[in-house]
Amino acid sequence: MQDYLLMIVAAMFINNIVLIRFMGNCPVVGVTSSYESALGMGAAVVFVATMAGTTCWIIQKTILEVLEIEYLQTLVFILVIAALVQFVEILMQKVAPPLYRALGIFLPLITTNCMVFGVSVLNIKEEHSFMQTLVFSLASAVGFALVLLFMAGLRERMDATGRVPQLLRGVPITLITAGMMGLSFAGLLGMV
Amino acid sequence: MESVLTAILTVGAIGMLAGLILGVTAKIFYVHVDPRIGQVSDILPGANCGGCGYAGCTDLAAAIVQGNAPANACKAASDELAQEIAAMLGISVDTQERQVAQIFCQGDAAAAERKFTYMGIQDCRAAQEVSGGDKACRYGCLGLGTCVRACFFGAMHMGPNGLPVVNTELCTGCGSCAQICPRHIPKLIPVSQKAATFCSSHDVGRAVKDVCTVGCLGDGLCKKVCPEKAVTIEKFLAVVDPAKCTGCGLCFEKCIPRIIQAVVLTRDSKKKAA
Repeated sequence: MQDYLLMIVAAMFINNIVLIRFMGNCPVVGVTSSYESALGMGAAVVFVATMAGTTCWIIQKTILEVLEIEYLQTLVFILVIAALVQFVEILMQKVAPPLYRALGIFLPLITTNCMVFGVSVLNIKEEHSFMQTLVFSLASAVGFALVLLFMAGLRERMDATGRVPQLLRGVPITLITAGMMGLSFAGLLGMV
Repeated sequence: MESVLTAILTVGAIGMLAGLILGVTAKIFYVHVDPRIGQVSDILPGANCGGCGYAGCTDLAAAIVQGNAPANACKAASDELAQEIAAMLGISVDTQERQVAQIFCQGDAAAAERKFTYMGIQDCRAAQEVSGGDKACRYGCLGLGTCVRACFFGAMHMGPNGLPVVNTELCTGCGSCAQICPRHIPKLIPVSQKAATFCSSHDVGRAVKDVCTVGCLGDGLCKKVCPEKAVTIEKFLAVVDPAKCTGCGLCFEKCIPRIIQAVVLTRDSKKKAA
């Protein structure tokens, strides 16, 4: 139990997927201009990353390792994640229309999000068990969603002040902010 | 050779299987999406300004197709666009008059007093939080340009005297500025309205006089002189009814602070002269 707790804290904060491992940086810049869209994207990523992480783990153990073709991991995982996202989207549109509307455009965006792929590969690389895969994927994605929300909150404040120099408005100041957030998260490194 | 074959076959099989599952789920969980929704949202401006009250242009398009919103519900679309949508869906459209935003405050730096020097975040919403704003008049424009930044269509800019100016040619009447202003200084008026009271103060005459030289005193002189009974006094503020006003201009002369004025739609310096 304690191992899982440690794993959650480590995946969320200490080895944060965005700020320490530098994966999934595109949405951090792209969809953090407002709090609502960050929340939508965060929720969608939590959902898909957990699904994709576990599915990829199963594929790896039951197909790739049995047939000894682990070198095809990248290709197969991308294929599986893309299909999975599509599947979830179709299913959700029918079964849970409100959720579909809330996640809306973010679902297709995640198809090619390297954070989802990265979590799937990390699970294999660190030789997680199935339960560990589930917990690690979920915690990593929640860490990702947290960073999105932090960033969106900061950006909304910066926009409201209007004191950012014209030169730095928009993406530049976002990247600088991301760098500073990364530095502060780096202070936690080595705790676990 | 065998390993190459295994690789090709496995990846091929996984791909095929995924395709098959997707195909089958798409059939089983088929949701009929009206193709007209896409067509209508193609016609709409696509600014996602939210002026219509829906989450975005696609959302409004769905509402129009389902009959929950009229064809001209988009405030930013021109009448021609509304007609185009109506024609495509085979419904009629009640053409509604175009609305434009106007700034209902004239208390510029020279005319209105300030309680203190505000040096905080340069945003009206933030300034409003600090002791109710730096302006002595609690209804007047704070002049930090939040409405200008909120305009999706570039129809506003800050004038030289610290008040926002609306370019009515570009204004679509979406109301974003009116919504974001903590004091609701920009208001939407019909484009044909001929006169308006460019003040928002509901304070009594004396209190207005103390803080601003161009505030509505609510004395009702304009109301008395109006032959059409178009002017009413609502809580010490003269309000012009656009339906009754003929633009005769009798009230302009009576108004002591020259607040009730002709609406000159390409305003700026011209209106000051009028």
